[in-house]
Amino acid sequence: MDNNNNLNNISIEIFSPQKRLPLKHTSLPSINSGNKIKQESNLKSEEDGDDTNNKDMVMLNVDEIKGEEYDDNELFQSKRLVIPGQTISREGEYLKGHGTFNNGNSLVASVCGTLDKVDRLISVKALKSRYHGEVGDIIVGRITEITSKRWKVDVNSRLDYILMLSAINLPGGIQRRRTSADELQMRSFFVENDLVYAEVQMVMGDGSVAIHTRNQKYGKLQNGHFTKVIPSLIKRSKQHFYNLECGVDVILGINGYIWIADSEQQRNQQQFIQKHEKEPSFDPSIPLIIPDQIKTISKESRDRIARVKNSISLLEKGFLLIHQKSIMNVYKLSLKMNLQSKDLLHPQYIKQILTVLSTALYNNDDDDDDDDENGQ
Amino acid sequence: MSKLSYISPEGLRIDGRRANELRRINVEMGVFNRADGSAYYEQGNTKIIAAVYGPREISVSGKGVFDRAIVKCEFSTSSFSTTERKPQQKTKGDRVTTEIANLVKQAFESTIQTHLYPRSQINIYLQVLQSDGGLKAAAINASTLALIDAGISMKDFVCACSTSCIDGIAVLDLNNIEERSGGPDCLLSIQPQLGGVISLNMDSKVPQDLFESVLELGEKGCKKIFLILSDYVKRYSSNLISNQIKN
Repeated sequence: MDNNNNLNNISIEIFSPQKRLPLKHTSLPSINSGNKIKQESNLKSEEDGDDTNNKDMVMLNVDEIKGEEYDDNELFQSKRLVIPGQTISREGEYLKGHGTFNNGNSLVASVCGTLDKVDRLISVKALKSRYHGEVGDIIVGRITEITSKRWKVDVNSRLDYILMLSAINLPGGIQRRRTSADELQMRSFFVENDLVYAEVQMVMGDGSVAIHTRNQKYGKLQNGHFTKVIPSLIKRSKQHFYNLECGVDVILGINGYIWIADSEQQRNQQQFIQKHEKEPSFDPSIPLIIPDQIKTISKESRDRIARVKNSISLLEKGFLLIHQKSIMNVYKLSLKMNLQSKDLLHPQYIKQILTVLSTALYNNDDDDDDDDENGQ
Repeated sequence: MSKLSYISPEGLRIDGRRANELRRINVEMGVFNRADGSAYYEQGNTKIIAAVYGPREISVSGKGVFDRAIVKCEFSTSSFSTTERKPQQKTKGDRVTTEIANLVKQAFESTIQTHLYPRSQINIYLQVLQSDGGLKAAAINASTLALIDAGISMKDFVCACSTSCIDGIAVLDLNNIEERSGGPDCLLSIQPQLGGVISLNMDSKVPQDLFESVLELGEKGCKKIFLILSDYVKRYSSNLISNQIKN
């Protein structure tokens, strides 16, 4: 307890009221006229006494003055952005959409994000949130579990999505009923931790979602790079598979999972698999081992893949939308700046590139993509 | 051993605050990349980080509830967080940490709109970096920010603040020394915008004549914390979205 006594003595010495007052006021940040009145009342209340006026607790806090500047934030004043618990309308003239709820007669936001108004329907879209599937979404997922007749796939959603055995294309493209033999060799199609490229097939009544890979372009992803971004940065568009002009394939899953691979290697791999499946000795129960000469990716391609990956990460850090154009903008900019792909995520360069992106007139509109969807 | 005087004749407390002053609050959101939501919260010398994962698939199958999400909370203190170093195994699972974990869990089970996320779970992980009193309040405030960052639907913020009375005076936001004064440590957490009390915990009895003033002071403290937090949330979110709007 000796220790505490010392502390007490010390504190009294330092914080005697005479010394405290000037200290407090010199530490105030530069104040505009509106806050000056407050400061004066602040002074008064301190003179009045300590615990009689509860308001001076509010006044004395330096943060309060800072805080008022942000209340003038135009985004919040125009209610384009809302915080949880903020009342949107009191009269009940609007309909409740996602991210809102009714509290008595008033409509209240439940997430922090942007306000969308469609006719009378109001919804709030969170800045960051998990993916929520809709039929037709193109996604990348990771197999987490194998159960009877189905795989469970992690797609960054609140539940694992379901990939039924009947919803995949059997190797070799054979059209036939799934037999119990297929059921026993499910691991030869997809095993745990495999990445799949798939499409949302249907949303069931209880909220679980089924996906399918019944298309030539969908299926297992191998020999490439996987990365994850905030799902809200990827917009739904006609196309999510891109052959970038630098010879890199990118799949931007709407769920925020991204697959990056070398175009040429993927093409060769695809051809190899197709050829293998056409062979008369083909047996789907034997897992295919891809030979090394097909798996190899040149050093230059690896560097390009890394650069594309870092461009995507940089866009995510700047909270910018991720699509073919924006990726290539960053990619080209980094080449112009003579940056090595590993240096792209250096804080200093992130700042530089983001400033250039925001000042230069880059057209980020979702206009027609002229790249046609080949490959896979 | 002389009795420590917690409030000087001038009305100043040990660390130089008045009875109705909060410590300086410093916050940051989105501090982790891998978590769905995260926050750093600092109140005076109390420093705490929160990470939120979810809503996600139930980790233990069969534990899910068919019509709502379950909230799980894990609270742990770092071995270097107090003046005396604690062995690692003692930082988790003792009475105090389970109590705080349950407090946070209960506070957010009622505030998160769990019915929107059936059959999933939401994990809140709290780690104390430096401990100087008011851990419960800091844990709740940090979790609020992390949950907002994760974009999880909530009815409102949850803001918490500790109050007590020392020598017959209601005192706001105790630090570590004051917490050991033996006065009643009273934790109030509220929904500041909807106006509801989430919890009111007391370690020991508050004298009846002082209760009103303790409660009132606590409420004012919570509202003040809400102002600081909401300011930061607004600043953080408009900062994030500003790049997109410019284009």
